[in-house]
Amino acid sequence: MASQSDIGAMASENELNEDGSASSFGANPVWVFLSAFFGNFVVRRVLLFLLTVWVAATLIFILPRLTGQDPVKEKLLLEAQRGGSIQSGMNEMAQIYSERLGLNQPILVQYRNYMYDLLRLDFGVSISYFPRTVNDIIADSIIWSIGLMGTVITMAFLLGTMAGALLGWSRAPGWLSYAFMPFLTFSAIPQYMLGLVLMFIFAVGFNWLPLFGAYEPGTLPNLSLDYILQVVRHAILPGLAILLSAVGFWAIGMRGMMINTQGEDFMIQADAKGLKGTRIFFRYALRNALLPQVTGLAISFGTLLTGAVLVEVLFLYPGLGNTLFQAIRVSDFFQITGIVMTIVISLSFMTMLIDLIYPLIDPRVSYSSS
Amino acid sequence: MAQEVVNTGTSGEQSLPGQESGGFYEERLDPIIRYGRRNPSLLVGLGMLFGLLLFVVIGTLAYPNMGDGVSGGAPVRDKSHPPSWCTWCDKWAEYEEKYDERPSFWRYPMGTDTQSRDLFAVNLQGVPLTLGTGLIAGLLSVGVGTTMAFFAAYYRGLPDGVVRLLTDVGISIPGLLVLIIIRIQLGEELNWWQIGVALAFVGWVFTARTVRSQVLVLRESPYVEIARQSGAGGLTIIFREMMPNLIPYITASFVASVAGSILATIGLEALGLGDFDANSLGMTIYWVIQFGAITLGMWWWWLFPLVAIVIIFVSLFMISAGLDEWSNPRLRKQV
Repeated sequence: MASQSDIGAMASENELNEDGSASSFGANPVWVFLSAFFGNFVVRRVLLFLLTVWVAATLIFILPRLTGQDPVKEKLLLEAQRGGSIQSGMNEMAQIYSERLGLNQPILVQYRNYMYDLLRLDFGVSISYFPRTVNDIIADSIIWSIGLMGTVITMAFLLGTMAGALLGWSRAPGWLSYAFMPFLTFSAIPQYMLGLVLMFIFAVGFNWLPLFGAYEPGTLPNLSLDYILQVVRHAILPGLAILLSAVGFWAIGMRGMMINTQGEDFMIQADAKGLKGTRIFFRYALRNALLPQVTGLAISFGTLLTGAVLVEVLFLYPGLGNTLFQAIRVSDFFQITGIVMTIVISLSFMTMLIDLIYPLIDPRVSYSSS
Repeated sequence: MAQEVVNTGTSGEQSLPGQESGGFYEERLDPIIRYGRRNPSLLVGLGMLFGLLLFVVIGTLAYPNMGDGVSGGAPVRDKSHPPSWCTWCDKWAEYEEKYDERPSFWRYPMGTDTQSRDLFAVNLQGVPLTLGTGLIAGLLSVGVGTTMAFFAAYYRGLPDGVVRLLTDVGISIPGLLVLIIIRIQLGEELNWWQIGVALAFVGWVFTARTVRSQVLVLRESPYVEIARQSGAGGLTIIFREMMPNLIPYITASFVASVAGSILATIGLEALGLGDFDANSLGMTIYWVIQFGAITLGMWWWWLFPLVAIVIIFVSLFMISAGLDEWSNPRLRKQV
């Protein structure tokens, strides 16, 4: 019903109606254009996204310079003292880093270079895996994270929403709310704690599922059925840890919406028309209560992702979280920055996307500047 | 929790016959219990938290090897000792050569770790450390967040724009990642209250956002308008008129931010960015992961801190559900 052009039109209409200033500046077409442009929700939302990424990037740039420490130099010195395996590449490495950091240049030039690299999404060269670039390492690990998280978030969303809808449904059987009690408790417990217990029960106690990793050590990724089964088996425990706590989260939100929806007039009308219970449930209650869950989806990405970092660490799952942990352990600053920026950018992008498509799926919501 | 149930029983008996005199039970306890019956989750949550604290306080005062237990003061031969009351734990066979007799029932109530630290003492220290971090972070972020929200929503204009931008940006950046960067840049370990302050640095935006939207609603309400037209100043309106109506929201957001901060602290510590000299619950989890306690079969190492963490989170969850019921009468149970 409400398309993107409608939103834009509404925004500019409002601007003119409520603001006396808009009409007084009305003579100036540039001002009319600008106010309509920045009053537009889509434009404002995209600007907010860019601002978020910029603030995060600037924080990461400023913090090391404020503390007056040079983590890269410290790291290189430490490695040199240890005479570790990366000794061979020391000279090249030092050269690359001093060039990259341009530490002798003025700070504004450094900042410009840093931002330019960020614009091209170039996060530099890893210290601990020297010749490899951070982008390369991120690309290798992000596949695992997206695979695991994508599956788990979808499953948790479907299961939790359905469970919440039934919990909030006044005609649902009474034992249901008792059966769901454990999931409400799980939603309050950190995911890695659940992971710890699951690991103890199913991997150590019963020895049913593998303890760690994403596939058997020693196998090379290929497309055989055996390998795919391995991957699935390895994903069950970390996935379950996230799933168990996420189901409760979705159910709580959905339950509240379902209770609210049942008080609406159209529900009473549907009942009075003598419609079947299942039809009222699916077509009338569920469809209307479902919409705010999508907003929840946007909020949950952040919490789920940071929670998943620790689950990955616990299960040594080769995703982004575990790579971040390994980078923290060896204080590989470029890799940490790269991974953090990747997470920040992808999260902000996802929330922006959901905010933008929300008026399209829920016609009752329109982003006019009121 | 059991304590609560007993109280309910006694007060019920005492208040029924003694109707003529307004005793302690009727005046003080009875309303609480009556409210608790309508809102059990708040009472159960508070009871669980109180019980945990009571256990820690009594334990800290009464447990004899509090001091040397945490610093690995237990004899080296006692490393990886299962809880001494656990008579069916088969580790005893290993110690049989070193001991003349089985250690007494209370020698190691929660066993020892591979560094022969007494885990009962470690956990007794850990609970207040972790709760303290959450409390500091919660108090600071609610204080800063509420102030910012009032400042923004009451005066509107530029302050509101700035605060709104800060909260919008702050909410989109995952706090844990900012903390990781801060911690690595500082290059030194943060102790329990410093972590709390750092958490408040990223956590105040959530309170600010909730409270701001509520102040915006209240601001337009008729009674505030009347107060304004009666000549009440900004501060009077904020503290005398708006604050009482906002208390439920502020309390709820305090509980949420304590829970979120504890979650983040434990996460940060489990990643190895905590205070290595402290025995907080998160550090215990870090050592559990580092030493592979799960594969070693040392269930006592992780089970007890896990139970403490679960009690903390479940009680905070129930308290916030109870506060929800308090502030939102529509959710109230129909009796």
